[in-house]
Order: sequence, then structure tokens, then C-alpha cells
Amino acid sequence: MRGGRDDFERWGQLLMSTAAARVALVDYGAGNLRSVAKALESVGLVVAVTDDPSLVRRADGVVLPGVGAFADAMRALRSSGLEDAVKEAVEARRPYLGLCFGLQLLFEEGEEHGLTKGFGLLPGRVVRFPQVDRDGSALRVPHIGWNEVRFEGEHPMLEHLPARDNFYFVHSYRPDVLDPAIVVGRTQYGGEFASAVATERLFAVQFHPEKSQRAGSRLLTAYRAWVEASR
Amino acid sequence: MLLKRIIPCLDVDKGRVVKGVKYVDHVDCGDPVQVAQAYDEQEADEITFLDITASHEERGILLDVVSRTAETVFMPLTVGGGVRSIQDIRDLLNAGADKVSIMTAAVHDPGLIAEAADKIGSANLVLAIDARRVSLTPGDNSSERWEVCTHGGRRPTGIDVVEWAGRMSEAGAGEILLTSMDRDGTKSGYDLALLRAVAERVSVPVIASGGGGSAADLAAALGDGPEEGHAQAALAASIFHFAETTVGEVKRELLDRGIAVRPPPRDSGRC
Repeated sequence: MRGGRDDFERWGQLLMSTAAARVALVDYGAGNLRSVAKALESVGLVVAVTDDPSLVRRADGVVLPGVGAFADAMRALRSSGLEDAVKEAVEARRPYLGLCFGLQLLFEEGEEHGLTKGFGLLPGRVVRFPQVDRDGSALRVPHIGWNEVRFEGEHPMLEHLPARDNFYFVHSYRPDVLDPAIVVGRTQYGGEFASAVATERLFAVQFHPEKSQRAGSRLLTAYRAWVEASR
Repeated sequence: MLLKRIIPCLDVDKGRVVKGVKYVDHVDCGDPVQVAQAYDEQEADEITFLDITASHEERGILLDVVSRTAETVFMPLTVGGGVRSIQDIRDLLNAGADKVSIMTAAVHDPGLIAEAADKIGSANLVLAIDARRVSLTPGDNSSERWEVCTHGGRRPTGIDVVEWAGRMSEAGAGEILLTSMDRDGTKSGYDLALLRAVAERVSVPVIASGGGGSAADLAAALGDGPEEGHAQAALAASIFHFAETTVGEVKRELLDRGIAVRPPPRDSGRC
């Protein structure tokens, strides 16, 4: 699956036969991306799993998936040139979809395994869940399982999504968002937190649509519509 | 609100589901990928594969099953059984597992969980415990205790279950899969006192396992009342495999009993 060259040739062949939107699924070497790739393909997107910055720059959309610890993942993204390529793609208004860690790295810094600088595209930092819930009871961390996301705000993807839906979460860290205007999804766990953030150029979620059955398909279908409308 | 989870568990031996799964509508339900698909249609909240293949040399078969499943169904997949090393964990995650469960290897090498948590992260790391009740004076609940066992419950280790769960979750296990060997296969209900004792000790989610025979049993394990199990998820095998009931039917009953689970789809199929 890895190695930009094969994917590039595959893309070339696909482009001859289809006008489907092409997205780059960024592979920074931290784990399996096949289920994310298959989920994106299942909603009709053409996917290249790639670690090649030039391919990321040329895609119709960029998906950054959710694996890896903050520090390790940022190191891999930086040394490979993928950070710059992803930022350029966002700058060029290619729809960006961040999944789990792909949301977290958009912020200024993360505190997992010591403070690490993120992309700095959004104001705020990524912090561990509190140990105590709002009512004083112990909060179980990681936050694992299905929880409700309430969507609210302005974004092309939100036009295709229900007001609330259950998604699958598995994480110990969450964004501490400084700008409430970017929060488009809210979830209750240890108080309310931002489970989806968006700007004109990006949409990122703390949960795993690729593991969220029908709700996940709805969200990825909304992403496809956004990519197609942005071409 | 975080919902309670229902998790069908499949025993997989040399790449096939064992435990006499029924054939329905010409679907060979011995194929783990097809069984996973059926549970996906029923909107099970997760699925767990437990590899019971005796030989480590046949690991490739399991990895192939995991990767084919992860490509077919878009639901969370946990895999356990015979996981011995960091490399085993990585291989399963790379094949497409979302979480990996570790049992015997953690007993043999108590440093393994901390090392895995450091290298891979806690959220994907499940500590599985096979617990057996230590017989004490009947009726004396104040001194109830359980012992960690290995080898399908046959080999006691002398380790106290509650203490072990606490120590391993602090070392970095992100979740505890807790099986009562006294109840396993009996369909007589989960060991609620065991579940409560561990759930109180740890600050990570607890998955109830062993003894689930009905929706009422699952409700008791997942309930937060003083006599209930306080678990965040319930694993069940035989009640789903034999097509006695579906995940959807169980969920409807749980909702009636006031347990917050994800509402089932309208037409959930059987396998």
C-alpha cells in the first residue's frame, strides 16, 4: 500500500476511466490505514495511501487519519516533508478531513509524552481528560465507545449531516479549543468537549467515522460531497 | 453520554469460528469475516476475535482473517489470544485490529503492558483477566476474592484479581476484559461482585465476560445500581452465535430496562 510511485500510476489509470474525486490518505508510518482507505472508497472516493508530499499537494482532498502518539507522529510528519505538504494543501483550499489524531495535530501543541508543537493552524492545545467528572465521580479514561455528537455551525459538510449522531471514540486526549467559533460538534464526557472542529478549509473529528458503521458512512459521504463541490 | 457496549465474541481456531455456529440462509457462519458482517448488520458496538489456535506458527492465518475483516466491516475490532510480545501487538494493529488484548504474557512479564503503553499507547491496549473465585466461608462476602488464572482457567497464579487489574491499569492498560471462569459457558449470569470489585478499583473501562445468557444478565452487568456490575461493556458469545437472539433484540430489552445503549437498526439480520 505504501510508496507513492505505485499509487501514482494507479491514479493515472483511474483518471483515464473516472472523474471521481481523488483524496490523499496521509501515511506517516504509524499503523494500518487500510480500513480508513476502504471506508473512503466505500463512499465513492478514489484513495491513494501515500507518504509522498507531491501527491498530497496534487490531491482534491487530504485525509489525515488517527493513529500514533502525538510526539512520534509529529516527528514523522515533519521529517518527511508531509507537514508542509498538508499545510499547503489546506492553504490551497483542498478539503482537509482530520480523524482523531488528524484533529489533534491541527492545534498549537499537545501534552502527550511531554509538550510537542502541532501544526498550529487552530488556537488551543490537546490535553488529557480530567480524572474526575463534573459531579465529582471518577472519570474512566480512555474514553472508549459510542457517544453522541451534536453538530451545530456553518460548514458545507453539516448540510449533509443529522443534528445528532452516535460515533465511536477511543482516545485519552482531547482538544482544549480557544476559539468557540470553530467548534461544530460537541460531546459530553467529563463535561462538554469539542468532538468536531471546522473552518472554511478543514473539518476534523475526534471520533472514528471509519469505525462508526452507518453514521460514519454518512459523515464520509458528506466529505465526498464537499470535495466534489470544491474542485 | 457515553453508551454501554454490547460485544459479540468469536473464538477463532486456524482461521475458522468454532463453537458450533449455525448455518443460516446458506451463509457459512464458520468464516469469521462473514460472522463479523452479520454482527455489523445488527450494529453490534464492537466485535472481538479470540484466537485459540494452539500453535504460534499459524499466526499468519489469524492476521489474514483480521485484515480481511477490517477491510470488510467498518466497526471496532479487538483481537486477543496468544499475544506474547510488542511485535505481536504491532502485527495485529497493522493487520487492522483496533485494540489488542493481552493476558498470559502480562502475567509472565509484568513489564510488557508498561512497555506496550509507552510504544503503542494505552487506548489500544486491553488487559484480559481470567478470574476464578477463591473458595471462602459461604455467605461471608466481606472477604470475597478472586485469583488470576491462565491456560483457560486451569492454572492458578496466586495473583489477586483486583490488585492485578489496578496495577496493570496504572501501568498503562487502557481497558480490562474481565472473564469469570466460574461462570464462563454456564449462562447463569455474570459474576457481579467480581465486576463491581474491579470497576471500583480501576479508572479505565471494564468489559464484563463469562456467564451472559440473557438480556437480563447483560443488563445486570452493565447497570450501575448497588447490586449490579458497573461494567462499561458486556461480551457475549453463545447467546448470539446460536441465533437465539440478535444484538438488536438484546438492545431493545436493555433500553426497556433503562440501560443506555445505541438504539438498534430496524431490520437487524441474524447469523
